[in-house]
Amino acid sequence: MKLPIYMDYSATTPVDKRVAEKMIPFITEEFGNPASRSHPYGWTAEKAVEEARRHVADLVNADPKEIVWTSGATESNNLAIKGIAEFYSKDKGKHIITVATEHKAVIDAFRELERIGYEATYLTPEPNGLINIEKFKAAIRPDTVLASVMFVNNEIGVIQDINSLGNICREHNVIFHVDAAQATGKVDIDLTKLPVDVMSFSAHKTYGPKGIGALYVRRKPRIRLQAQMHGGGHERGMRSGTLATHQIVGMGEAFKIAKEEMHDENKRIKKLHDQLLQGLTEIEEVYVNGDLNHRVPHNLNISFNYVEGESLIMAIKDIAVSSGSACTSASLEPSYVLRALGRSDELAHSSIRFSIGRYTTEADINHAIDLLKQKIGKLRELSPLWEMFKDGVDLEKVEWAAH
Amino acid sequence: MAYSDKVLDHYENPRNVGSLDKNDPNVGTGMVGAPACGDVMKLQIKLGKDGLIEDAKFKTYGCGSAIASSSLVTEMLKGKTLDEAESIKNSAIAEELALPPVKIHCSVLAEDAIKAAINDLKSKK
Repeated sequence: MKLPIYMDYSATTPVDKRVAEKMIPFITEEFGNPASRSHPYGWTAEKAVEEARRHVADLVNADPKEIVWTSGATESNNLAIKGIAEFYSKDKGKHIITVATEHKAVIDAFRELERIGYEATYLTPEPNGLINIEKFKAAIRPDTVLASVMFVNNEIGVIQDINSLGNICREHNVIFHVDAAQATGKVDIDLTKLPVDVMSFSAHKTYGPKGIGALYVRRKPRIRLQAQMHGGGHERGMRSGTLATHQIVGMGEAFKIAKEEMHDENKRIKKLHDQLLQGLTEIEEVYVNGDLNHRVPHNLNISFNYVEGESLIMAIKDIAVSSGSACTSASLEPSYVLRALGRSDELAHSSIRFSIGRYTTEADINHAIDLLKQKIGKLRELSPLWEMFKDGVDLEKVEWAAH
Repeated sequence: MAYSDKVLDHYENPRNVGSLDKNDPNVGTGMVGAPACGDVMKLQIKLGKDGLIEDAKFKTYGCGSAIASSSLVTEMLKGKTLDEAESIKNSAIAEELALPPVKIHCSVLAEDAIKAAINDLKSKK
């Protein structure tokens, strides 16, 4: 068993070896610029780029012409949100809607728009992480131009009801953007049926390389957006910059494999998820974050009460996971996603995100369960909060000397 | 984050973990920090008949540096008078553990815990 065991697939995934093999020739031999129209170097590269575009489109049942290459989901989100807001605000208005639990790439793009005069609504999800459809509907105003909701949450793995949200947007003539970075290869996406106008994708969350992503821009009805990167007019003017052929080929191959294998893979991962959930919930005072039914099995976010997150991460260094506590950075802020669900600071601080994937084995899961049981026990022995809890002290009523 | 060997040592093998009887007139208990901030330290000292601290115990909810700071403090306190204990500065703790700037607050908390434990002990006298 290779230590530490990787259980942070929501942060990034390894490039599948089949993907890496496909990419290599485009770094060395087939190095042409896909925009070079005058010689075979360019033609070969262009053909590879278009084949990859087809694979990406196929996974989400879109037309290849609806796929625009970007550097990743952060850029896709920025291009979608700022590009649409800019293009449509003159006619429709300057109100935009998103959710407090979105990825920072969406939240911060919204903040930037607020800075230049837009008005934003950040919806608070229900305690299970899901958006209340009625509250979403109520947030829409006559001047609402755009709504942005992520498909699968990166921290807690919940799947939003994109179909219902999209239908509401259609009824009210609001353009609907969906960040699907964590969704590809995990949930079925059919853009011929889903009422979504623009959708962001990332390669490296789906066994492709880092530094490449895509934006789906619907053609029927046609969605327009203002370019954010100006230059040679690549990607039909929506995103200039020489295409990174090898990265694009990698993303295409990764998405092709995802389409072929996702159903079998997800069944296997569901089993591992259930095994992990079963094992960890045998520990006292643990809380699963995010709805247990509307979630991808790849993610399990659990709070271990009375244990601090960073010390827990240290204790379980045999497994590579993420903590909901941002203590590791200079700020002492706990996860804003868990806070938005109404979790207490303590529970947010003591949360661990396990995210499993293609190369996770049953033995990995068993090792993680054993390790957690042992270390949680040890840290609780050390914890004055656990002692107080066991003595029947109500920690909510204690007056803490905050610092 | 990379931890110093000393932090790792105290974290892996914390010294003097446990609790003393908080109702004992010779035991002072200091509890500082708040769960919402991510650290809570409970430090207890027991004064011997000779006026020296004969025992110190801790329990800490917090990051590795917070655990190490409180573990180190229990070692430093034993055999000291209350005046000597009161003069322990956070900088000495931070230096001994080679804490990075973002973790200095852990040593400040440990110093606060010493003062709180001493105050509690004095209030019983």
